[in-house]
Amino acid sequence: MTLDLSLTRDLLTALLPELMLTGWALVLLVVVAWRHRTGGDLRVAGGIALAAFATTAAVVWWLWWNSAAAQGYAPMIAVDDFRFISDWLFLGTGALTVLLSMRYLEREALLAPEYYVLLLFSVLGMMLMGGGSDLMVVFLGLELMSVSVYVLAGINRKSPKAAEAALKYFLLGAFASAFLLYGIALVYGATGTTNLALIGAQVTSLHLEHGTLLLIGLALLLVGFAFKVAAVPFHMWAPDVYDGAPTPVTGFMATAVKAAAFAALFRVLGQAFATTVAWHQIVSALAVATMVGGNLVALAQRSLKRMLAYSSIAHAGYVLVAVAAGNASGSAAFLFYLVAYTLTTLAAFALLAVKGRGGESDVLIDDLSGLATERPWLAFALAVCMLSLLGFPGTAGFMGKWYILVAAAQSAQWWLAALLVLTSVVSAGYYLPVIMVMYMRPAPSAAAHADVRLGRLAGAAVTLAVVGLLFFGIRPNRLLDLSAAGAESLRTPTAAAVAPPGN
Amino acid sequence: MLLGPALAVSAVLFTIGVAGVLIRRNAIVIFMCVELMLNAVNLTFVALAQRLGVSGQIFVFFVMAVAAAEAAVGLAIILAIYRHRETVDLGKINLLKG
Repeated sequence: MTLDLSLTRDLLTALLPELMLTGWALVLLVVVAWRHRTGGDLRVAGGIALAAFATTAAVVWWLWWNSAAAQGYAPMIAVDDFRFISDWLFLGTGALTVLLSMRYLEREALLAPEYYVLLLFSVLGMMLMGGGSDLMVVFLGLELMSVSVYVLAGINRKSPKAAEAALKYFLLGAFASAFLLYGIALVYGATGTTNLALIGAQVTSLHLEHGTLLLIGLALLLVGFAFKVAAVPFHMWAPDVYDGAPTPVTGFMATAVKAAAFAALFRVLGQAFATTVAWHQIVSALAVATMVGGNLVALAQRSLKRMLAYSSIAHAGYVLVAVAAGNASGSAAFLFYLVAYTLTTLAAFALLAVKGRGGESDVLIDDLSGLATERPWLAFALAVCMLSLLGFPGTAGFMGKWYILVAAAQSAQWWLAALLVLTSVVSAGYYLPVIMVMYMRPAPSAAAHADVRLGRLAGAAVTLAVVGLLFFGIRPNRLLDLSAAGAESLRTPTAAAVAPPGN
Repeated sequence: MLLGPALAVSAVLFTIGVAGVLIRRNAIVIFMCVELMLNAVNLTFVALAQRLGVSGQIFVFFVMAVAAAEAAVGLAIILAIYRHRETVDLGKINLLKG
């Protein structure tokens, strides 16, 4: 199916997933305006959110199945496999987050069904980030996502910690957005356009590879994105915000928000700045700092939530290696790793949410002692997550790291490859103690884990994630093929890139 | 006409905003500095619009809408923290240790 995006009908078809989700979000907004008092209302809102994600995913699948492609003048929204795969990733993460949140919200007495509305809007923002082929669309998507997540981080109004987390996230997030926007303005000044394909064409035709204005703009763009993915040295907000936010929201932030920022970064660098070599070194340096910094500080953490926060910083470093590799296998590894990382981290935070009950008291790693005898399945799931984060063979995390390693080796980035292996070894120093404590220490008292219950929906979500992890760890081929196809669709320039900019 | 000076002024304004965010400790003042940064970018867009066509001016409307949404959410968050701590001084808001 070829879409001519200058026709309204075809444009609406291309935007159908986003329009669908917007419609659902508005419907849900009206519903919760009338029903927002009881736990039952919360469940209704959650059900509607799940239906929204399911139908939107079906529409994305329909476009994908018909191999929709755009033609004609450079569009503002991309119609390619990369967009469809990342849309599925965001929608899936959103749906899993809904499943994890249902019981959690009732347990913590957070009777705010607006939670699900904000979740829908933030996923909508992510879809625009993954699909936007214009810097302005990427920026608006990023803001839609960020503003929704600022509120989600502080949704627990009774908790001073959540308020503090929301404040820090908001101030630093807005600060980072301003950098990103200034970068967009300067790139616009240098090339006269904000369309990614046209920027790429202008850079080649005007020989702007070393133009000052363009390079400053690119650097500011990278700073903005580095803040959003929490790359060292722009990571200071992440541990505090992850610690203070409600645990399902933390899981959502550590996975979907990060994945969306990475998807946008990847598209911007790949389509607009493919011929500008300057960013390779900057991204490599960020990757080195992030891998080393994240892993070393994670070693010192006693609290499970903070440890996972630093671990998610370290994983951003591994993904940056795939971005820095800049070749075809790097792009495929990038998408594969995002899927593996998202499944693992979301499951880990879901398990943490059931343990950390009663007003978000800190869960120390030692608090898990003896979990394996009391709750063998929970302990098993958490152990699988830790092994996958570590990159143990047989899990999706291993395959992801392996592909990134191959990509780095192929582009002769030996330092990055060596550092990735070394820091992964270091990370065993904080992932394995969790497993050791669960399986080798006795529970402090018989009732220590008595109130640890996952609930049916969250249980289903965690089971799905863990089965997925093990499945992709043993049979990664199908997912890798999809990722490679998605990455390839970014590299083949569309017909639009040929059209001259309109100024 | 006057493109260079306009870009220079907006760069200076942006830098003042960055410096304010990094130096000041009052949440409201930091927020105002972020707004200053966004408006510096608006000035850049308007200045560039003389050369590059009307799209630069249209971007300004998007940025203003985004800044308004951020202001609404941001002030609500600052209000929420004031209710808990009775201060908006970031030096005294330290439950979470980075």
